[in-house]
Parts: sequence; structure tokens; C-alpha cells
Amino acid sequence: MNRGLVIQFFIVTIGLVFAIRLLSIQVFNEDYKLAAENNVIQKIIDYPYRGLVYDRNNSLLVFNTPVYDLMVVPKEVDLQDSTQLCKLLQITHQEFVDKYAKARSFSPILASKFMEQIPNNLFASIQDQLVSYSGFYALPRTVRDYSSPVMANTIGYVGEVDRRTIRSDTTNYYKSGDFIGITGVEKEYEKYLRGKRGTRYQMVNVQGVVKGAFKDGEYDTVPIPGENIQLTIDLELQEYAEKLLKGKVGGIVALNPSTGEILTIASYPSYDPANLSGRDRGKNFLEIQSDTLKPLFNRPLQATYPPGSMFKVVQSLIALEEGQLGPDEKIMCEGGLIGDHAPPGLYDVRRAIEKSSNNFYFKVFKRVIQQGYDESAFLDSRIGLEKWHNYITKFGLGRKLGVDIPNESPGFAPSLSYYDRVYGENRWKFSNIYSLSIGQGELLVTPIQMANLCAIVANKGYYITPHIVKSVNNEPVQNFARNEVGISEENFGPVIDGMEQVVLYGSGLRARMPDISVCGKTSTVENPHGEDHSGFMGFAPKENPQIAVAAYVENAGWGARAAAATASLIIEKYLTGEIKRTWLEDYVLKGDFADKKVEKVEKRDTLQLKPLKEVAATLQ
Amino acid sequence: MREDQLIYRLDWITVATYFVLVIGGWLSIYAAEYNPDVNNSIFNFSTSAGRQFVWISTSIGLITFIMLLDFRIYDAVSYFVYGGILLLLIAVLFFGKEVAGSKSWFGIGSFEFQPSEFAKFAVCLAMARYFSKSTRNTSELNVQIIGFLLFFVPLILVVLQGDAGTAIVFASLVIVLFKEGMHPIFLIGGIGIAVLFILTLLLNQLVLLICIAAIAILIVGLVSKSLNKIIVTVTTAVVAVAFVLSVDFILTEVLKPHQQKRVMSLVNPNADPLGIGWNVTQSKIAIGSGGWFGKGYLEGTQTKFDFVPKQTTDFIFSTIGEEQGWLGSVLLIAAFTTLLVRLIYLANRQKSAFARIYGYGVTSILFIHFALNIAMTIGLFPVIGIPLPFFSYGGSSLWGFTLLLFVFIKLDAHRMQVLQRM
Repeated sequence: MNRGLVIQFFIVTIGLVFAIRLLSIQVFNEDYKLAAENNVIQKIIDYPYRGLVYDRNNSLLVFNTPVYDLMVVPKEVDLQDSTQLCKLLQITHQEFVDKYAKARSFSPILASKFMEQIPNNLFASIQDQLVSYSGFYALPRTVRDYSSPVMANTIGYVGEVDRRTIRSDTTNYYKSGDFIGITGVEKEYEKYLRGKRGTRYQMVNVQGVVKGAFKDGEYDTVPIPGENIQLTIDLELQEYAEKLLKGKVGGIVALNPSTGEILTIASYPSYDPANLSGRDRGKNFLEIQSDTLKPLFNRPLQATYPPGSMFKVVQSLIALEEGQLGPDEKIMCEGGLIGDHAPPGLYDVRRAIEKSSNNFYFKVFKRVIQQGYDESAFLDSRIGLEKWHNYITKFGLGRKLGVDIPNESPGFAPSLSYYDRVYGENRWKFSNIYSLSIGQGELLVTPIQMANLCAIVANKGYYITPHIVKSVNNEPVQNFARNEVGISEENFGPVIDGMEQVVLYGSGLRARMPDISVCGKTSTVENPHGEDHSGFMGFAPKENPQIAVAAYVENAGWGARAAAATASLIIEKYLTGEIKRTWLEDYVLKGDFADKKVEKVEKRDTLQLKPLKEVAATLQ
Repeated sequence: MREDQLIYRLDWITVATYFVLVIGGWLSIYAAEYNPDVNNSIFNFSTSAGRQFVWISTSIGLITFIMLLDFRIYDAVSYFVYGGILLLLIAVLFFGKEVAGSKSWFGIGSFEFQPSEFAKFAVCLAMARYFSKSTRNTSELNVQIIGFLLFFVPLILVVLQGDAGTAIVFASLVIVLFKEGMHPIFLIGGIGIAVLFILTLLLNQLVLLICIAAIAILIVGLVSKSLNKIIVTVTTAVVAVAFVLSVDFILTEVLKPHQQKRVMSLVNPNADPLGIGWNVTQSKIAIGSGGWFGKGYLEGTQTKFDFVPKQTTDFIFSTIGEEQGWLGSVLLIAAFTTLLVRLIYLANRQKSAFARIYGYGVTSILFIHFALNIAMTIGLFPVIGIPLPFFSYGGSSLWGFTLLLFVFIKLDAHRMQVLQRM
């Protein structure tokens, strides 16, 4: 055997092995091409500007302010002494060491965030000196800022998107590091406000030093700013409402009845929205969250209270529509059926609303519930309650209105199945549920539902779903439904008259204005946990309603005082643009509603329920 | 007479291949360092490409010198050169300067000199001299052992310097022994040990031991009639088992930490992607991103942006792989294969045993460099620091290989004169 030939054969074989191996890694394996791109192509995200938020008069409310993320590429860092840098960045040496170690463990050659969201004023002092620290560079971003510290809960806040949201995002838009609206309007209108990320591809060498755009920017996209939003809110009115609520607990909602536009939505206690923007968000959030007064609770939408006497308006309308009460029918109320501040006497619906007669509504509600369809009071009550519940639902009670702000509470309106569950089927009748007649019992409503109820009365039979966004990118939002409540227009006449009398002669005296006819109804809501809540709803002017307001002030006693006064100031401010009744303003701002000089008219509205047994006895 | 002129007797195929490789290497070095922002000339001496141009020019001077020198001088001085180199290899252990864990360089001022580069030449000369002058049959064990020691002694000295790569290069001279009649069992045994070593790293020790036992039992079953063969098989199996068990010892006790890492990264390059696995991974990424035809000259991103370490020297092949693609890579491999096959053809046509054996020595050295260098850049072999002959950047290595090759070309050119004069 020629050994020379063997060696030659061996050499050629090795050459072939190499050729085949190269074929597999160069031609048939795409992984290496991908890895090569990942090596040299660095993807830079250009974050878009989030859409701005204006009020109905085009006053800027929410805008963006620049902040800077300080990035570090550990491999490029050449730092002899970190003392200077720590001083510059206003961090301790230990913080520096920790942050640096974290960045290094993420990657020695890739850039990672060293410090997040450095505010503009601090960055200004860093900027010039930053160039002398190799491996550090700044990436500009923006965070939210606010021209006025109002409406924090309704506007909501923005934060970095979390992993769970990224995973559940079916559109696959979100990437780690993106900002997203977490609550409020920021959340509801996220897809308009967020804009679109831009991406740049640039080539870097092994040290991460930029070597120019990849393929001259062929694949780059420019960030598209988010769309601007105009709210239905009147910023001046909003600021005024929050000023009035200061130091109290409660919520105010004002609507434009003919459009459903939310003019004001105030909640107190609240917080400064700027505290949940920027790098201290986490820290501030914990602080706000642990506040026992729950500043994160958006009371106009989320807090539920019994409607109290305001509900008598609804009861009147249902009874009239059901033919159980004539528009001019007078009923003799001697009292005694139920605790009452209204004097005994003959009541028609106007007087009943004005005096807030509990006994009148006890009788009227009994007629509605037990209409005599069935001999059995139990079965008859079922039929009556079902009808009643249908009306209630149409009034937007016991369900979400569909407001374009997240976390709306449905409140509660008891249904057949609810009472069946509580008492057992056919084991309840009117005597079990009579406290509904005056808006107590199981009923729970939110302030916005009451404002909406007021708008229904003002509109004489319908409401436009309340909403807070007027236009997106100058395109009006018009898809808000007109909802009929199923009450004939003529039935509203006597009720509205009654509500006008409330303000003129009844418990709503504080809401009276010299030139404008205000219609309203007060509520003093029984609160088993302490002082009664004060409630009021009203609209004005009577002839041509422009504003419908509901106010709840917790633990403020009679509705005639805190709530009526506050709501009436809102009406005055909105309709006249100024406050002439400064004495009333001082009264509300002072916030001391528990004075002992009780006026007779105020008292009428207060509800005192007799023990159930006693009532049952009278009904026999 | 026309045929008497040296220039007509040179083997131009080999010379041309040499220049193709040298020029190709030079262009690749330029590409590997190319920076579009700076746009240096290929002759700029502050760059590797510029300096390589100097080494190439001086190599041409060296070639001229070799051609002018009498061809018989190599045979005559071979033992002196060998002895001198041995002394230098010993001296470098004491006086050399340490570079990256290896003590294989002399530094005299700014001039640096690596005796092991020239030891390859000396060993080839000495082996050629020894086998050609041997009065006995070269396949005899005694003669083979002396021949073995001729390269094994410098191999040990190089290992002591901490330069495992060059040591493996000396081991390639076993090919010369094989050509001169060594029993194939040694070659098979050697390869067997290498294979077993790698299998030990790849497979679970227990699985491997069971496999060895199973194969041994199978062979014993097949050759059950011959007691001798049974004994040989069992002995081999026992040795193999002992070897497998001792590999762990070799890995942890014999190899240096950085060499251990290199061996381990071959088995799993992803284990330490930013550490020792980095070289191989990045080299494979660069080569693998080349596709059929490559990204084009000076268009490679991986090499240009420094992702592949040592890209002008040991990993120069990655530049070809990335920028010239599969086609360019295969052409380069074909050029080397052609050169090596041609050298064996030339060696076989020598009239003198000295020239023939020297030719095989040269082929062995060039082959092992070529094979291991390419193998390591494409992840078939652990990273050992050996250059691609004629192609990689570096004066010592280019001169060393030029000397090695052109002495043989000179000898070949005078092959007809041997019989006339002796």
C-alpha cells in the first residue's frame, strides 16, 4: 500500500469534511445569521409623546414633561473614582455600587437603565458633565405633568407596563418599558393616547459603540405621537368643586343633561396627580394607598350610598306612570305608618316632594307593589316588584351606566331573586320591603347615578349616557346612546313642580337663587356607622335645564345643608360664572354643618324608621 | 542551458498557491480591521495589514536568499540547527517572557522571537537527516523510536513553555513516522485515545464504560478461537477503562485552567457564552452569517465590529467565511488541499531520501496547522492558539512557514542533481 496516497486521501477527506460542515453552518442554518444581526444591530426605541388632555374650553390639563433615563454600558465604563459621579447624580456610594452591580449582572456589553426618570431640573446639572464619564449616556423620555392638581382619580395615572399585561395583550403591542394608562381616562382612552413607538436600528461594535444606521435607516420607523383628547370637563368648575369639597369626604357630579357630558366630577379626599408621575410614583403610591381616607377611591363613580329622599322623585314617576297616583290626586297622610318630619294632612305629589312626606310614599309605593293582580299579597308583590325593578333599571340604577371611566360601580337595586334569596320564594311582600319607598333599605346608588337621575328629570324622560371625552384628535365622539326610561313626558310636570317647591319653600332653601329657578331634592341618608350623609340633586334652570348636579357629603348631617349648598354653588358658578352668594360659599368652605340652630324645614327630610314589628302591626 | 536555470525548475504550482494564500491573507487582514470611518490604506504601517505587507516583502527577500543558497547546505547543517534550536527552547524556559500564560518568546528590545516557530523547521531537517542516513530499515522499532524522540523532545520543551498548540503541531510529525514504515497500530492507538478522550467529555462516564465493555465482549465473541486476540482485546478494554477513569484526573490536574475551559467549551460552547465560549461562538456566528456567497469584501459586520477576537491571527478564517461565504471558504480549503496534495506528490518524486522525508515533514506541519485552525474556527476542535499558515497576521509565523516551504521547493528544484553528484 502506498502510504503517500493514504495521506493524500486523508488530507482531501479533511477538506471535504470542512466543506460539508461549512455548508451546514453557512447555508442551511439560519441561527447564525440571526445571531449575527443581534450582535451588531441594536434596536433603539423612540418612545412617542402621549396625547395631551384638554378641558371643554381647550385649557391644557395633562401634558408631558421630559425626564431622562441614565443608561450604562458596564464594559465601556472607565471610572477611577465614583465620588464625583455620585455627587453629581445625588446618590450614595452604596446606591452607586448596587446599581452598577445590577447593570453588570444584566449584561456587561448591553446598555441597561442605571437611573430612571431623572427630572429635567436635575438632569440640566448632569448633562454637561456626563460626556466625561464613558459608558454612561442619557435617553430622553417623557412623563405626565398636570396644569392643575385636580381630578386625579378620574384622569388616572400612567406607569410602566407590567409583565402580566404584556402577556395578556392580544394585539402584541406592548413591550417591556412601555408606558400604559393604568387607571381613569388614561386607561380608558389608552389606545388613542399612547401613540406609536418608533424604532431605529443602528449598528454597534463589540463595545457597543454606535457605528451608524443599519442599511441607512431603511427599516427605521418614526414615533407617532398619541392623539389629543378634549374632555367634557369645565376645568374652572372642576377646580371650584374640589375647592368646595376640601376638608370633607364625598363626591360631586355635574352633567349637561341634554348631552350627557360630565361637566365636573369631583372626589375628596384626593391626591396630587403629579405624585403618581415620575420616578417617585412607587413610593408615593404606597403612601397614598395606605391613607385611611382612601384618596384612590373615586367616590363619584365608586362610592355607593342609599339614595334616601332623592329617590322619592323616582317613586313619584313610577306611580304616576303606573296609574297608581293621579297627577293631582290628594292622599290623606295622618302619620304613624312610618316616622316622618312632614306634618299630617292632605298631600298631592307636589307637596309630598316639597315636604318629603314619608307616609305619602309609603302609601304610594304600596299601591305600586300590590296592584291587585293576584289575591295573594305574596304573589301580587312579586308582580309589582318586577315592574318596579324594570323602571329602576331603566333609570340606570342597580347597573353600570357605561361611563367612559373605568371602575364604575353598579350600585344595587334589589330584584325578585334577591328577596327570594333573603326571605325565600313567596315568603315576602310589601311589608318586608317598604323601606324602599323612601330610598332606604337595600338600595345603593353612586353620585353619578343620582346626577344622571336628575338629568332624566330635566330631560323629561331620557338620558344620554354620561361621558367625559368630548373629542379625540378634534373628532367629536358621538356614539353615546339616548336612553328612554319609559315614563311619559307629562308625568314629569308635577314632579318638577314639586322639586322647584323644595328649593323655594322646602328643605332646599339653600339652593335658591334670585334669578334662576332651581329644581332639587335633598336627602339625609341614614348611616349606621356614624353621622348621616348629606345628599342633594338638582337641575337648573327649570325651563331650559343646562346643568344637573348631584352631591354627597359624608357624615355632614342633613341634605339641606352641606350637599344642597355645595351643589347650588356649582350651579351658580356654571350658569353665571361667578358667585354672588359669598355667605353661602363661606358657609361651605368653613365646613361646619353641625350647628345646633336647626330650622324646621331642614328637619323634615330626616328619616326615622320605626322598628319593623311596629310597622307590620299597622299593616294588618 | 535553459533547463539548468533555477527559475524553470521551480514547482510553480506550489509557488503560485503560496502567493495566492499570502495575498489572500493580506487582504483578509485588511478586511478584518477595516473601519469605514478611518479608511486606512492597506499599506498604512500602523495597521496590521500594513505591517503584514512588510512581512510579505521580507519573506520574498527570504525566498531569494534560500534560492541563492546551495541546496546541499540543509542536509549538512541539519543536526547543528536542531541542536541550536533545542538550546534555544531550553533557554526560553529561563529567559523568555511570559505572554498569556505561555513562556515561549524571547524579547530583545522591541524585537520578539519565538524559537518554537523555527523549531518546526529544525525538527523536519533533523528527522529527514536521520532517516535518510539510517543504514537500517526505517520501519524497525529502534529507528522509529529515535525518529519519535527527535520531535518528542522539543514537544515536551514546548509543553513546558505552556504552549499546548505548538506541541500538537510537533505531534503531527507522527505522519512522517507512518510514511517511514511505522506500524499502523500506533497511529490507530493514538487516534483511539483522542476519540476516547472526547467521548469521555461528551458522554456519561458509566454509559461509556458499559459501551467499552459491550464492544470488548462482542469482539471476544467474534475472535473466540484465538487466545492471543482475546488477551489483546481484554487488555485494550482494560486500558481504555483506565484511560476513561483517568481523564478526569488529566482534566483537573494536568491541563491548566484556561485549557480545561477550552476543552469544556468544545463540548458545550453555550456554557459560558461570554467567557471562553465567546471566541468559538462569535467565530461561528461570523462564518455562519456568510451564506452561499458572503456579504462581500469589506462588508462583514461581525469581524469589522470586533465581535470575533484574534480575527487577524488565529481567527482570520472567520473573515473569509463571513465576507466570501461558502464559495470563498471552499476555495480557500481547496487551495490548501491542493498545496498539501501537491507537496506529497513532490515529496514522492524526490530522488534523495532527505528531500523526500523533509517534504513529508513540511506537509505534516502545514496540514496540522490548516486542519486544526479551520476546525477550531468552526467549532470542531478546542481553541488552541495556532495560526492559519501564510494567511494569518504575524511575522514569525509567515517567515517560519516560508522558510519551511521554500527550502523544500529549493530541494525539489535540484532533485535531478542529487544522483549526478552523490
